[in-house]
Amino acid sequence: MASTPPGKTAAARDDGFPHTGSNVSLRERAYRIRRHALRMGEVQGQGYIAQALGIADVLAVCYFHAMRYRPDDTRWEGRDRFLLSIGHYAIALYAALIEAGILPESEIETYGADASRLPMSGMAGYTPGMEMTGGSLGHGVGIAVGVALGLKRKKSDSFVYTLFSDGELNEGSIWEGVMGAAHWRLDNLIGIVDVNDQQADGPSAAISSREPLHERFRAFGWHTQRVDGNDIDAVATALDAARAVRVAAPRIVICDTRMAKGVPFLEARERNHFLRVEAGEWQRAISLLDETFSGGAVS
Amino acid sequence: MSGAPNAEAPKQRLTTSAMIASIAAPGQRTASAPFGHALVALAKSHPGIVGLTADLAKYTDLHIFAQAYPDRFYQMGMAEQLLMSAAAGLAREGAMPFVTTYAVFASRRAYDFICMAIAEERLNVKIVCALPGLTSGYGPSHQATEDIAIFRGMPNLTIIDPADALEIEQAVPAIAAHDGPVYMRLLRGQVPLLLDAYGYRFELGKAKTIRTGNDVLVISTGLATMRALQAAEILERDSIGVEVLHAATIKPLDLDTIIAAAGKGGRLVVVAENHTIIGGLGEAVAAGLLRAGVAPKFRQIGLPDAFLAAGALPTLHDRYGISAEAIARQIKGWL
Ligand SMILES: Cc1ncc(C[n+]2csc(CCOP(=O)(O)OP(=O)(O)O)c2C)c(N)n1
Ligand SMILES: [Mg+2]
Repeated sequence: MASTPPGKTAAARDDGFPHTGSNVSLRERAYRIRRHALRMGEVQGQGYIAQALGIADVLAVCYFHAMRYRPDDTRWEGRDRFLLSIGHYAIALYAALIEAGILPESEIETYGADASRLPMSGMAGYTPGMEMTGGSLGHGVGIAVGVALGLKRKKSDSFVYTLFSDGELNEGSIWEGVMGAAHWRLDNLIGIVDVNDQQADGPSAAISSREPLHERFRAFGWHTQRVDGNDIDAVATALDAARAVRVAAPRIVICDTRMAKGVPFLEARERNHFLRVEAGEWQRAISLLDETFSGGAVS
Repeated sequence: MSGAPNAEAPKQRLTTSAMIASIAAPGQRTASAPFGHALVALAKSHPGIVGLTADLAKYTDLHIFAQAYPDRFYQMGMAEQLLMSAAAGLAREGAMPFVTTYAVFASRRAYDFICMAIAEERLNVKIVCALPGLTSGYGPSHQATEDIAIFRGMPNLTIIDPADALEIEQAVPAIAAHDGPVYMRLLRGQVPLLLDAYGYRFELGKAKTIRTGNDVLVISTGLATMRALQAAEILERDSIGVEVLHAATIKPLDLDTIIAAAGKGGRLVVVAENHTIIGGLGEAVAAGLLRAGVAPKFRQIGLPDAFLAAGALPTLHDRYGISAEAIARQIKGWL
């Protein structure tokens, strides 16, 4: 999988695609994002690691294929915006921001510590590249509507991405945003929803009526795709289409993901919103991840 | 963004205890999930009791009720507005809903739904919310530093802030016996147990003296009462006598008891609460005393008017002045 976005050839780094021409594959990026996240988890002995491992492939595609940004200037006007609605997934985004060169790898050691720039729940004022304060769920889509409107006012060709979750689909505010985005025909808004079939009290499909999700978004007027969120090529193709398609509508990529993906013994564990990992298991998980990656076996 | 730190990596590391937060000190006696167990016990004799949550049963101890009474438990999903509206509907049809979520989400997101669907009609809904004040290290999204300020302005609503496991256990039947909406701040999980040692009994609407002392009167509520009692022991070593008057019911406030205590003997009066100093118990007491013409030397212990930092709870409690040591330090400075 090349990391060159459609319509772009290797160009100056400041075109906003800093990884253009890199020979690091998206698969390797995803592996390294998982690795950074596990290291952060080990630092605190906790963290939303199952979510981070599950969404790593999607974040690899966002930051190393789809999105335009400058690692050294996170306020660059020409960047694509990325709104992490699910603040508890911060550990995953920090890992991606580290891999993208926006945060130094050395800050892994500070994860969740007092006075760290990497608090356990994502907050805009703390971390370069974290564009919204999440944690209170159900905010991302609405903010994205405003950002998309604002970008249009400025005649910007940037996209706004927002990553939210199946649990968040329970919140009425999400659907207010979904309707607003369709009403304003926000073709510069790309929603990504992580369907890991889990939320705090259990499987999301059992907690609230969720399906048929594809049909629901389509009925609400969104350009809709649904992919295996752990299939890097499928995610990349879907995000390419979401950007390229010529319809005056917001775009959603529904990503079905597997929690703890990439670390088989954690994947096999009973699924839980807050996966407990014992002290000795972090290193074991990292070793397994390393072996799987260097062994070339993808899943 | 007052909590935002600089780029410097900290030397000392403390675990952020947001999801597995315990406010118990090491070695302190605790009881497990007192709310869940008390509700199960009460539900036996109260068939109208139903439990509702917004994807936080496990995190508000309501899962214990859900296991005991699966057919009386409603999982509403992470939809706090629906949670409150549905509770209102169930209450109209004669049920007594106990609804749980975190204090931030009830007070901020669901306010209108509590106000108009529940309080205005004085419906019999008990809203029980975990993570009150500063009891999570996750930052402002989970720190309900202003929930009491928000809810004090809501007519018809009774507000209580229990201090320990014993009080939670006693408050559950007491709020059920009260016909009308109640907001209760909840300590969950392994909850400190201390008031049994003082022979305390919870009574809705009553402030109670837990400990006597000649130099300082601390009027406190919730978690701050536990900390005030610990601070009183620290100060006792310096021969400073601290009385602790615990006002578990914040609305309606037991002003008779408070005014009588504050008017006695020229003591420094301190109000301590796990809440911003704006709009909580401190301002309620101050206004009550002024209206009654009682004007002692008065100080407030509470959280600053700011969005607080993320981090480890013990550090945060110390930094923001509601640890036992910080309370003792402040009181000493005022004497
Ligand atoms: C408005 C709001 N309500 C409740 C919560 C508490 N909470 C935190 S995560 C979560 C589950 C959300 O679902 P999802 O993001 O799908 O969970 P995951 O996949 O991470 O298990 C809940 C209910 C919250 N953070 N915000
Ligand atoms: Mg989920």
